[in-house]
Amino acid sequence: MTSAIFEPGFFSSSSVQLAGAVGAIVAIVAGCVGVFTVIRGQSFAGEALGDIGAAGGSSAYLAGVAPLWGFMAVAVAAAGVMEMIGIQRTRGRDLATGIVLGAGFGLAALFLYLGTTYDNTTGATVTVLFGSVFALDTSVLPLVAVFGAVATGTILLLYRPLLLASVSPELASARRLPVRVIGGLYLLAMALAVALSAVTIGAILSTALLVGPAATALQLTRRPGRAIMTAGLIGVGAMWLGILLAYDSYYWPPLHHGWPVSFFVVTIVLLAYISSRAIPARGRQA
Amino acid sequence: MDAKPDPPVFSGFMVNAWIVASIVAVVGGAVGFFVVLRGSAFVAHAVPNGSFAGAAAASLVGVSTLLGLGVFALGGALGIGFLSRRGRPDVATALTLVFMFGLGALFLSFSVAYAPEIYSLLFGEVLGISTNQLGPTIALAAVSLGVLAVLYRRLLLSSVLPDSAPAHGVALFGVELGFLLLVALATTMTVPVVGTALIFSLMIGPPAAARAFTTRPYVAIALSIGIALVVVWVAIALSYQTNWPVGFFVGIASAVAYAAGRTWSFARGARRARVKS
Repeated sequence: MTSAIFEPGFFSSSSVQLAGAVGAIVAIVAGCVGVFTVIRGQSFAGEALGDIGAAGGSSAYLAGVAPLWGFMAVAVAAAGVMEMIGIQRTRGRDLATGIVLGAGFGLAALFLYLGTTYDNTTGATVTVLFGSVFALDTSVLPLVAVFGAVATGTILLLYRPLLLASVSPELASARRLPVRVIGGLYLLAMALAVALSAVTIGAILSTALLVGPAATALQLTRRPGRAIMTAGLIGVGAMWLGILLAYDSYYWPPLHHGWPVSFFVVTIVLLAYISSRAIPARGRQA
Repeated sequence: MDAKPDPPVFSGFMVNAWIVASIVAVVGGAVGFFVVLRGSAFVAHAVPNGSFAGAAAASLVGVSTLLGLGVFALGGALGIGFLSRRGRPDVATALTLVFMFGLGALFLSFSVAYAPEIYSLLFGEVLGISTNQLGPTIALAAVSLGVLAVLYRRLLLSSVLPDSAPAHGVALFGVELGFLLLVALATTMTVPVVGTALIFSLMIGPPAAARAFTTRPYVAIALSIGIALVVVWVAIALSYQTNWPVGFFVGIASAVAYAAGRTWSFARGARRARVKS
C-alpha cells in the first residue's frame, strides 16, 4: 500500500534526505519573514531580490566561487540600493524595486553570457533560475542553517516594533520608533532569507515559499504569531509533498526523467492560497 | 557553443530588426506611461516573465512562439486580474508569476531545448528577429495603440483619481482588465527583441524618467516614447557591435534614464528651495 505512494528507495535516498532538510529550513525561514512581506505589501521586493540574486549567482559562476556567497552579497547590496532610492510611498517603492531589478537582470544576462561563452557551462542559466534540490551538496546544510538562523533571529528580535511599523507606520512614528531603520533592517533580513532559498532551491521557489504560505496563513488567522507558525507548516508541507511527487514522477510520462520539484511546489502553494480564500473564515484579512 | 558567430554584415535583415525594435519601443513607452502612473511595476514584470512558459509550451507542441507567448501573457494577465479582485494585488501577482514560471520549468523538462535558446528567450537577441515577424509585430502594435486610445481617458481617470472614477461611470475592474490586456499585448510583441526578463525595464525606466521632466500626460507619453526609442536603438547598436545580450544594454540604459530623471527633479527641487529662501 505505502509503496504505491512512496516509490522504493524514497526514504533511504541521501539526496532526498538532504533536499527535505534544506527545504524544511528554507520554508520555515521564508514563512517567518514572509508574513511580514505580505503585511507590508513587499512581494515585489521579495521577488526582485531573488531574481537579482541570480546576477550574484551567475557572477559567482564566473568568478568560480560558491554561488551562495554571490547571491548573498548581491541581494544585500540590492536591498541597500532599493532602500536608498525608494521613496516611502508604495508606488515609488515599486518603481525603485523595478529599476534595481532591471539593472540587476541586465547584469545577470551579461554574466551568464560571459560565463557560457568562456567556460561552456551552458546549463548555468537554467540552474540559477530554476534551481535543483536533488543536486545539493552536503556542505550547504550548515551554511543554510546559520544564515536562516540570522534572518529568523533578526525578525524575532524586531518582532514588536516591526509589527507596529508594518501595520501602522503613523502610530509607530508617533511613538518615536525609527520606522525607516526598522524597514531597512527588515529588507536586509528578507534579502538574506530570499538569497538563501534562491541559491538552494531556485529563484522561483524562493518567491513561492516567501509569499504563498504566508498569504494563505493570513487568510486563515489574523494573529501574526499564529500566522508565522501556520505559514511555516504550510511551507514545509508543500516542500515535502513536492519532493515526494517529484521523486515519484521519475516513472511518469513523457520522458521518464522526473518532473521538476519547483512545478509541484508552486502548484501546491497556489492551490492552498486559492482554497484558503474559498473558506469564509471569521475575521479574516480583507 | 564556445564561440558565438561573428556579427553578420549590416543587411536588409538588420533593417528589419531595427524597424521591429522601434515599433516595440513606441508601444512599450506608451503603455509604460500607464504602468508607472498606476504603480503597476510588478505586473509589468510578472506578465512577460510568466509568458516565458508559453514560449516553452509552443516549442513543445510545435506552434509559433508568438502564439504561445500571446496565450500565456493573456492567461497570466487574466489570472492576476481575477485573483487580485478580492485580496492583495501583490500577492496575487507573485503567485500567478511563480505558478507560470513553474509551468515553464515543467515544459522545459519535457522538451529537449538547447540552453542557449532558453537564454536568448530570457535576455533577447537581435539576431532572433526574423523577417516574417514584421507583419505580426505591426498588427499587434496597431491593436495595442488602438486599445490605448480607446481606454485613454478612463485609464487616466482611474489611475489618478481611483476614488471618484466610479462616480464618472468608469468601472474600475473593467479598466484594470483592459490595462492588463494592454500589458499582455505589449509583452507578446516585445519578447523576441529584448527577452522576457528585460521588457519591464523598457516599460518603467523611460516613462519614469519622462514623468520627472513634465506633468502633462500627452507630453510625458511623447517624451517616454522618445526615450524608449533612444534606449532600444543604443541597446541594439551596442549589442550588434559587442555581441553581448540586448537585455543587458536595455536594463542598464533604462536605469541610466531613470537616474537622469531623478537627478533633474532633485536639482529642480534644490533650485526652487533656493528661490524660496
